[in-house]
Amino acid sequence: MLGEQIIKGMAVTAKNFFGSYVSKERLTTVEYPEVRLEPKENTRQFPFLVFDGDDAEKGLRCVACQICEKECPPQCIYIVKSKDKKPDYKGQMQVYPVTFDIDISVCMSCSICVEVCPFESIKMDTEFELSTDDRFDGLLWGKKKLAKPNSHYHKVHAQDAKDSDAVLAAEKAKAEAKAKAAAEAKVKAEAEAKVKAEAEAKAKAAVAAAPAPTPPPATPPAN
Amino acid sequence: MIAAPKSFEVVPKRDASGDAIGELLEVSFGPHHPSTHGVFRMDITLDGEKVVKLKPVFGYLHRNHEKIGENISYLASMPYTDRLDYFCSMTNNWAYALTIEKLAGLAVPERAEYIRVIMAELTRLQNHTSLIGFFVHDMGALGTPLMYAFREREKILDLFEEISGARMMCNYMRFGGVRVDVNDDWIARTKTLVANYGRFLDEFETLLNENEILLARTQGVSPLTKAQAINASITGPMLRAAGVNYDLRKVDKYGFYSRFDFKVPVGETGDLYDRYMIRVLEMRESIKILNQALAGIPAGPIMDSKAKLRGFRPKPGEVYGRVEGPKGELGFYIISDGGPNPYRYRVRPPSFINLTILEDMCLGHKVADVIVILGSVDIVLGEVDR
Repeated sequence: MLGEQIIKGMAVTAKNFFGSYVSKERLTTVEYPEVRLEPKENTRQFPFLVFDGDDAEKGLRCVACQICEKECPPQCIYIVKSKDKKPDYKGQMQVYPVTFDIDISVCMSCSICVEVCPFESIKMDTEFELSTDDRFDGLLWGKKKLAKPNSHYHKVHAQDAKDSDAVLAAEKAKAEAKAKAAAEAKVKAEAEAKVKAEAEAKAKAAVAAAPAPTPPPATPPAN
Repeated sequence: MIAAPKSFEVVPKRDASGDAIGELLEVSFGPHHPSTHGVFRMDITLDGEKVVKLKPVFGYLHRNHEKIGENISYLASMPYTDRLDYFCSMTNNWAYALTIEKLAGLAVPERAEYIRVIMAELTRLQNHTSLIGFFVHDMGALGTPLMYAFREREKILDLFEEISGARMMCNYMRFGGVRVDVNDDWIARTKTLVANYGRFLDEFETLLNENEILLARTQGVSPLTKAQAINASITGPMLRAAGVNYDLRKVDKYGFYSRFDFKVPVGETGDLYDRYMIRVLEMRESIKILNQALAGIPAGPIMDSKAKLRGFRPKPGEVYGRVEGPKGELGFYIISDGGPNPYRYRVRPPSFINLTILEDMCLGHKVADVIVILGSVDIVLGEVDR
């Protein structure tokens, strides 16, 4: 019969129509502004800079190595290195970014900057409602606007933040152990040098009493 | 000042002796026409309602993909490949990663290969589903089947989002593996989705397969012979609908496709109905592959230990890598001079090359069929224009 299959098809649409009232499988949408879905663990929108502690300026992890600037596919990151240095989380003196701008309107949310960053300092935020009426600086974000505390990172990507903290703690422990070992070696070497110098001075004094023995060199304070 | 394209022009139609016997109408179809699947324009010359000449015009979405690829690092091109065919970013990623792995001699761990197969087949499912939605939408089934198709596609995109962080621009694969590992929970949910997908396809096929209107609009329309398809170097479902058994998953056996048991559906006449049916059957085969891959996914690393993210410089050489994307053979041709970015970067886009035969397929058909024929080619303008 002509039209039989069309009627069968109508039965399918009817099934879907009435099914959408009872089955979640047939109605997957939510009414967006009122109802919002939780962002997924790996969701990536736009980058932010992580800082430790309370002071965004002091605790900023970024050391202005400019790897993200080079790797960024749409070239939306702009960094100016500082001339002076400040201590990083390990206590080492590092340069820091004087300017760190990201043009959010150019950024394509690919998260390559996050992957290539060796210092766990740039991460992806989940904020996406960023519309603004400022045509010029509204979407050109500077260091102040990009810097967000580590607690924010924990809020948006709980598991990643834990992993990242673990990496940093391990590196810090490694650096401290290395520094400690270096300091111990230094102290030891200095002590040996002192003993040697004293012995030499004594020998010299014994050989020729006339010239006064030179005092041992002042030791720099060990870290 | 650039002259605006003429939207239509009347051309006198003459017989052999040169006497006017009627008029031909030249219509500029697109680039802002909703049924051209993007910014695509066709210059159609019509005799009444029949097409006597058709010239595809593309380039409205050209964004220098290949030149950009030559000026940024190998890794930075990966997110740009998402934007080629924005329906199937996973297979685009795979094609590019496969090419660079061939160039740099990286081996992909077993688990990563399984994940890639799963992602590629999910991509094929969602691409073909939404394609059929668009295809019947072009025929006038406004909305309903397209909404069903998009509803199912959403579920797959949810899975992609959870793993890669984005629904469409996945940027998931890396040279020597994949970026994020999948967990057991994700695999369990994918299994449920794949199990339910068969049911959805049954319903979809009941709705469409034997629908009298669909049969009348598609059967016998724009048949494509084997010789025509091969001469135009068409690939993918279009080629198989014309009756040529050629699938890179079987021919190249890239990834682990040789381990999975699946068939390659082949059409007979290459008309619109065959092209529709090939996609349905391919989805059934994808479900088979997915079931095997999800059951057999091994534990292990997801990245080659030799692969590195920063300062990646492959040795000089030239390479062509290809995969069977949902739309056809997607290939990347790369020449490396040992620097941090490719010396030459070229994409072989399936939907662009499948479009070249559009005039032959459309000649003699009504203008309403042209829209459906264009829909059956399955183009995405991001890939056609690059």
